[in-house]
Amino acid sequence: MTEITPELVRHLAGLARIEVTEAEVAQFASQLALIVDSVATVKAVASQDIVATSHPIPMSNVFREDVVTPSLTQKEALSGAADSDSGRFKVSAILDEE
Amino acid sequence: MELLSKSASELASMLVKKEISSVELTKAQLDNIDKLNPKINSYLTVTHELALSQAKQVDDQRAKGESLPALAGVPIAVKDNLATIGIATTAGSKILQGWVPPYDATVVKKILANKMPMLGKTNLDEFAMGSSTENSAYGPSLNPWDLTRTPGGSGGGSSSAVASMQAPLAIGSDTGGSIRFPAAVTGTVGVKPTYGAVSRYGLIALGSSLDQVGPVTRNVMDAAMLQDAIAGHDPMDATSLPESLGSMTEAAKNDSVKGLRIGIIKELTGEGFQKGVSEKFNEALEVLVAAGAEIVEVSCPSFQYAIAAYYLIQPAEASSNLARFDSVRFGLRVMPEGAATVEKVMSATREAGFGPEVKRRIILGTYALSSGYYDAYYGSAQKVRTLIQADLAKAFEKADVLVSPTAPTTAFKLGEKQEDPLAMYLNDIATIPANLAGIPGMSLPVGLAKEDNLPVGAQFLAPAREDARLYKVGAVLEKLLEAKWSKKMMDFAPELKVN
Repeated sequence: MTEITPELVRHLAGLARIEVTEAEVAQFASQLALIVDSVATVKAVASQDIVATSHPIPMSNVFREDVVTPSLTQKEALSGAADSDSGRFKVSAILDEE
Repeated sequence: MELLSKSASELASMLVKKEISSVELTKAQLDNIDKLNPKINSYLTVTHELALSQAKQVDDQRAKGESLPALAGVPIAVKDNLATIGIATTAGSKILQGWVPPYDATVVKKILANKMPMLGKTNLDEFAMGSSTENSAYGPSLNPWDLTRTPGGSGGGSSSAVASMQAPLAIGSDTGGSIRFPAAVTGTVGVKPTYGAVSRYGLIALGSSLDQVGPVTRNVMDAAMLQDAIAGHDPMDATSLPESLGSMTEAAKNDSVKGLRIGIIKELTGEGFQKGVSEKFNEALEVLVAAGAEIVEVSCPSFQYAIAAYYLIQPAEASSNLARFDSVRFGLRVMPEGAATVEKVMSATREAGFGPEVKRRIILGTYALSSGYYDAYYGSAQKVRTLIQADLAKAFEKADVLVSPTAPTTAFKLGEKQEDPLAMYLNDIATIPANLAGIPGMSLPVGLAKEDNLPVGAQFLAPAREDARLYKVGAVLEKLLEAKWSKKMMDFAPELKVN
């Protein structure tokens, strides 16, 4: 039985930058434990000598000419921003006051 | 109403012969949307003015005798995870409520180039995670065959729109079955092309190695014409196939299955499938055999790990893809109380903006990718992918196409699968392997299950790049079944009462 503890859920939510509530922590812990148990079966069949597949249709060296082409204007790029200033995205302080 | 049940290819032909104008057709379509959508909730956004102005442009060009693309003037619906300039694109999520993209997805550009008026954006499970649209932040869509049931997902908006004559056809996306499963439970046709056949640029990414855009239609020829319209190499998508896969429209004109070897996948038959579903599936096979096809049995033992592998790979890729929804450049921004760092704003925003299934999968994906677990979970799942491709390659030595019921059951009731997340995942048992392997798959209707009179879909699979085989067999099966029934699948649908 996999150990999906509330502490682990809080840690993972922190990594994923989602401020989960305590109720969610409890719920996710039990749901994820069930899911992880069921998906863990992949470990049984994945032996050393099998090569992993990350790309279903392998392609290599996908290049284009190094030529500048039209892209989004600054205005378009900022059009979805909650806050902007002087042509830049505006956010809250990056570092804590302390 | 008879007009609106016609296929896209029939409508295209009527438009060419000037038996109807695109404005008339589009207006009739919009009127039906206004009538049905408040109840069925297929559309999140209806673009009345845009559609009519696009329709008028086509009519004007046609009047001047200009040469037009095959589907010009036929209106179409677009799943709301495809970016459309100037038109809200939500991905079924609160975190993108009201987001207006500054760019068009490549497939949207192609729809515009084919001069198909855009009716609107259809509902989906949030970020395409789900099989019922119950995970949409904007309410579920309903199944026109039975309004107490779901139309499948994640593309339930598109499937319910096409099945209730609110659109002749639609574009959807399929990551684990999101086009094919809704097609099966709504009696429509849905195709997931070979990975890379259609550009993913502008498709809000869920699982980048699994996603593919494809057609949602009422018949095989329409799907063929639409796939031809949207497919093709795109320099903006680095996984886009450099070569063309040929004309699906030509393939759909095929009239013979003599000598076609059809492989029944052993692992996708038997007890896990609703009796009525298996019955209709087997009847469809009998029809094909009577027409000269050969049945062989194939086995893909690695399929028993497919769901497990998928629910590791997809959440892992999703956790990475959804990291961009961070309140900074677009979408929702929630400011927590007091002085908050941007990190706190991100966390508060994502907490408020994502629904429970999305959060669950992001956390699961984060776990699968985290240090100490990466090899055991994500790494192992990637190896299962290799095994699945190997099993399929072996199967395709014995058969030209593979076949299975598209789904284990017919449409389920709203709320029926909400208790246990695993129960919902099992809907995709037959559709997932195609996404893991990158091969194309088609679901087409093969009848109504005896127990509940609800649509059943059969799924065909072909090797990568051999999408044409799907259209060849699909076209013939459809013709044979319609002859057997003396009607089309949609003619069996009960009358819709929405008042």
